[in-house]
Amino acid sequence: MSSEDLKRALEKIVEPSSVHARDYERNGCLLEIGAEPGQLPAIARAARDAGFFLEFITAVDFADGPVAVYQFNECETISRTQVKVQLAREESLPSIGSVYDAALWYEREVFDLFGIRFDNHPDLRRLLLPEDADFHPLLKEYGKVHAFRSAREIYVDQDA
Amino acid sequence: MSTRTPETVTEHTFYLNLGPQHPSTHGVLRLFVKLDGEYVMEVDPIIGYGHRGHEKMAESHFYEQFLPNTPRMDYLSGMLFNHAYVAAVEKMTGIKPPPRAEYIRVVCAELNRVASHLMWLGAYLMDLGGVTPFFYAFDDRENILDILDRVSGSRLTYNYCRFGGVARDVDDTFIGATRDFIKRLRGRWKDYNNLVTKNVIFIHRTRDVGVIDKDIALRFGCTGPVLRAAGVPYDVRRVEPYSVYSELDFEIPTGVNGDALDRYMIRLREMEQSLRIIEQALDRLPGGPIRTPTPNKVRPPKGDYYFAAESARGALGYYIVSDGSEYPYRLKVRVPSYGNLQTLTEVLPGTLVADTICILGSIDIVVPEIDR
Repeated sequence: MSSEDLKRALEKIVEPSSVHARDYERNGCLLEIGAEPGQLPAIARAARDAGFFLEFITAVDFADGPVAVYQFNECETISRTQVKVQLAREESLPSIGSVYDAALWYEREVFDLFGIRFDNHPDLRRLLLPEDADFHPLLKEYGKVHAFRSAREIYVDQDA
Repeated sequence: MSTRTPETVTEHTFYLNLGPQHPSTHGVLRLFVKLDGEYVMEVDPIIGYGHRGHEKMAESHFYEQFLPNTPRMDYLSGMLFNHAYVAAVEKMTGIKPPPRAEYIRVVCAELNRVASHLMWLGAYLMDLGGVTPFFYAFDDRENILDILDRVSGSRLTYNYCRFGGVARDVDDTFIGATRDFIKRLRGRWKDYNNLVTKNVIFIHRTRDVGVIDKDIALRFGCTGPVLRAAGVPYDVRRVEPYSVYSELDFEIPTGVNGDALDRYMIRLREMEQSLRIIEQALDRLPGGPIRTPTPNKVRPPKGDYYFAAESARGALGYYIVSDGSEYPYRLKVRVPSYGNLQTLTEVLPGTLVADTICILGSIDIVVPEIDR
């Protein structure tokens, strides 16, 4: 069970061109996958079958819509794998809570802080903020913000 | 809450709020427990009482200005959070701290890990009804707080590391006090074993209680002593060594059953390993400067970075997205207690209410770390 196994499994799910090797020494991450929302459950199952655990789910808000970041890791070797999903505003994601129980809370947190909805989540309540909160604080439109950039500006060509 | 009332309620079924101000919850945590008589049927941990928005705060502060926030997330292992954040930003910017600073950081971080485990030990045994060990553990822990207070200036929320080094140099008094403490704590193991490890009541309260096996641990993303008690020797210090851990010799204790007793044993053995690390680091402590000069404002190159470290409770990580400016574009902290606490939703159903406290305590959560 290694990063190579996962890479082979993932190349059957997503376009091989969206699987990128990354510089671990620089970024702390070995593999990056650009995925479509619909491919997420299959990716999560592949990661689980390769012996990976879900390290976290989060999102980053950009001017052209948020990017959801899923990170998987494994216990024996360095094999950290990141899955990034570019979303349009108000676009929802499929829940992977049936694959990883850990996702149930991470998805609630992402919903809470970014307002991204997860389809088929059994219990999509706010996690950290009060039940009656009416804002999503980690969106860049909330509070004092220094920069609001597009995802391309930051993610593309960073390893060049 | 009306939506969560089940359709068929027997006369023995009722809901109980454990917390938010329950003494065993170590912070502000509410467990919404559905009970059938004495047995737990469902549990819904409600968190967020200590949410301070650290991740939002980071976006409007310079990288340096966020330093004091890091130890306030997990106030029991603040040095470890501080160290990991500094190491993450150093990796992004390519700043290399001098070797002396690296060794000082490791000594302080491991001292803090021992303090955190001692605090857990005292508080956990108090949860189980044994008051005496609490005083022993706090007595020992007080020594560490004094040692760290001398160099960092604070007792709990150590803001000691700086980009490119540490804030103050350590002197012979610090080294002497640390060596004395190691000797003292090694002399204490006998007391702890006689008081606790061999105590029949303690063994009966914890053996086969709250079993978190490898399967549950991996599904919930548990790390740290909880995962190691299930027999998985995963330690970030070993798998992806940072700082100078690759040069130091230490073992990774693992358990077999993953019950509360295993988690207790793991933490006790981890303290001994931390003492070994501190001894080696003190023996090898090189001379030289404690800080490399860094610009007043660091501006990491564009891109996203992840840095993992081992906190007292498991794998800690900083995911930082930089847009090339002096403010982080996004800073996410992956905290270990998050997954560890979530396992309660699977482990608690079917156990007795009295064991709820035993299991909750054995996981060693710090709620403000989860809330951020």
